[in-house]
Amino acid sequence: MTVRASAKLVRDLFAKTIKTEPTRNGFGRGLVIAGKNDARVVALCADLSESTRVLDFKNAFPNRFIQMGVSEQSLAAIASGMALAGKIPFIASYAAFSPGRNWEQIRTTGCIQNVNLKIVGSHAGISVGADGATHQMTEDIALMRVLPNMTVLCPCDALEAEKATVAAAAIDGPVYLRLGREATPIFTTPSSPFEIGKAQTLTKGNDVAIIACGALVYEALKAARDCEKLGIEVRVINCPSIKPLDEETIIAAAQECGAIVTVEEAQIAGGLGGAVCELLSQECPVPILRIGMHDEFGQSGTPAELLEYYRMTAPWIVKAVKQAMKKKG
Amino acid sequence: MQFTLCLYPISEAQNPDGGPSAKPQGLEYVVLRFRLSFSLSSPWYTSSMPPRRHSVSTITDSEVRTLELLANTIRQDILTMLTTAGSGHSAGPLGMADIFTALYFHILQHRPKQPHWADRDRLFLSNGHIVPVRYAAMARAGYFPVDELSTLRKFGSRLQGHPEIRYLPSLENTSGPLGDGSSQAVGAAYAAKMDGAPWHTYCVMSDGELECGITWEAALFAAKYQLNNLTWIIDRNNIQIDGYTEDIMPLEPVHDKFAAFGWNVLEIDGHNIRDIINACDRGESTWEAPTVIIAHTIPGKGVSFMECEPSWHGKPPKNRTELTSALKDLRTLGGKISNESL
Repeated sequence: MTVRASAKLVRDLFAKTIKTEPTRNGFGRGLVIAGKNDARVVALCADLSESTRVLDFKNAFPNRFIQMGVSEQSLAAIASGMALAGKIPFIASYAAFSPGRNWEQIRTTGCIQNVNLKIVGSHAGISVGADGATHQMTEDIALMRVLPNMTVLCPCDALEAEKATVAAAAIDGPVYLRLGREATPIFTTPSSPFEIGKAQTLTKGNDVAIIACGALVYEALKAARDCEKLGIEVRVINCPSIKPLDEETIIAAAQECGAIVTVEEAQIAGGLGGAVCELLSQECPVPILRIGMHDEFGQSGTPAELLEYYRMTAPWIVKAVKQAMKKKG
Repeated sequence: MQFTLCLYPISEAQNPDGGPSAKPQGLEYVVLRFRLSFSLSSPWYTSSMPPRRHSVSTITDSEVRTLELLANTIRQDILTMLTTAGSGHSAGPLGMADIFTALYFHILQHRPKQPHWADRDRLFLSNGHIVPVRYAAMARAGYFPVDELSTLRKFGSRLQGHPEIRYLPSLENTSGPLGDGSSQAVGAAYAAKMDGAPWHTYCVMSDGELECGITWEAALFAAKYQLNNLTWIIDRNNIQIDGYTEDIMPLEPVHDKFAAFGWNVLEIDGHNIRDIINACDRGESTWEAPTVIIAHTIPGKGVSFMECEPSWHGKPPKNRTELTSALKDLRTLGGKISNESL
């Protein structure tokens, strides 16, 4: 497996000692940076300031932190009202509640009005673990991606989450930032590129391309390493910007590799897998295998047990890569 | 530290119907509730009272008369617009004509020719379906030509069926789905307080949307942060699409509900210009809490066959004949005068 130098990943990717941290921690730091960059940035939280990591911002800027209580609908609409009055509000909760419960308010007050409403959905995906299906949000990408004017970001590690937060504050319009609960490896570096609308090609390979988002990008890298032993050169693409999608990079991958595997911790219908299928069926139809939730809800368990059960770990990605090789003939 | 003691006559407290009380006579008053709160280290939002820029209550009788006539003109505009559009809501806009007239022509600090003036008062509309009354009032106030009213609900028009800031930014907010506008007004008022901005935030909303959970989320929030720069005006016309509110989902006692939520509650006749202006003045000068004005209105006000009739909630006059008869009703004040030129 050849890591591209331009990806600027950590030197020893698969070291057992690799540092791990939840992406929500990166968001917490990024929000403080965004707050320092721009006095208009404010944070609203629906009774989850510690676990969404808004607490850092609250401590840094107590007068710009707004405690909402458990009220996700008004969380979105009040924040939009603040945006109309010139603020850049970040609203933070668990993804199951926001954008899970307040989709209409996000649509009407955030997207139709096209205001600076930044929605931060923590505890997304099944790796939430023991809390079970009610708290494992897997439909959020589809819910947010379908909204006109919305930008959808799903960073791969805590460092990228920090960059995504700063970037979200700097662009005009509504943004959805998807975060995970569990500590996952930090494999990018401060100099790794991040730009809204861009995907990063992490490894060289022309046999199959894996397009992944969130913490599972690391599983995709492990799968690429294991595929190499089978003589398959895999191109791993980190796709944190699900909308706008980096069409150029994805079409090039389809043309040059001839088969795609998508990997996400979300419903494949309407998720990253859906987005890639929509693009490539029109621009460059190739076999696509989608790893993610297949029209079902999660359950309680450890994150490792659940990722294994729902077939999202590296060995399952290797299997999908082999199938994709077969399909392209 | 504040201490509030509420005393009520015992007969009223025990027996709201006013019938004979079962309790022994002699004890005149009973303490119903008291509130004790400490604010030794006041949060930032308790200290900022927006500066009063003017007293809106100063108005002469002849000015009131002028506004009443203007409201009548706006009602005629509404009916003409709706008939031309062929769809839309009649009852709500007619019922709110006096309030929008008072807002745009006396209460609000605004500059029609400079709609983005930073210190303008913000008027949010939460029940977007009554927007024809706002369009008519804005046109008469000089935001856009009165002729443009005939484009309501037409392709390419700035006057969308439900208000949209993408097409007409001076509307302040996009609305239609009930409950969202009042929450946004709360957010804007909060932001204004953070910035120490001098403007007041008004929100016109319906009684039906008190059935939405989000309304009460926002009510809790506004009370917590003591948004004294916020006034909600509820169109208490007692109707909604499926019928009378008290049949669909009883809302009463609306006054007590808001009082229990910590709001400054005022009740007015929503067709009395002086009442409207005085209530807004009291709202702007209240220190401790957000204000809600429960404006009792007659849906379809001014057109006898539309008044208080739920079936007129969501439809326009169906043809020119119906329009002519409605306009005649308005111009003759329901047949009280014969000359149609008021």
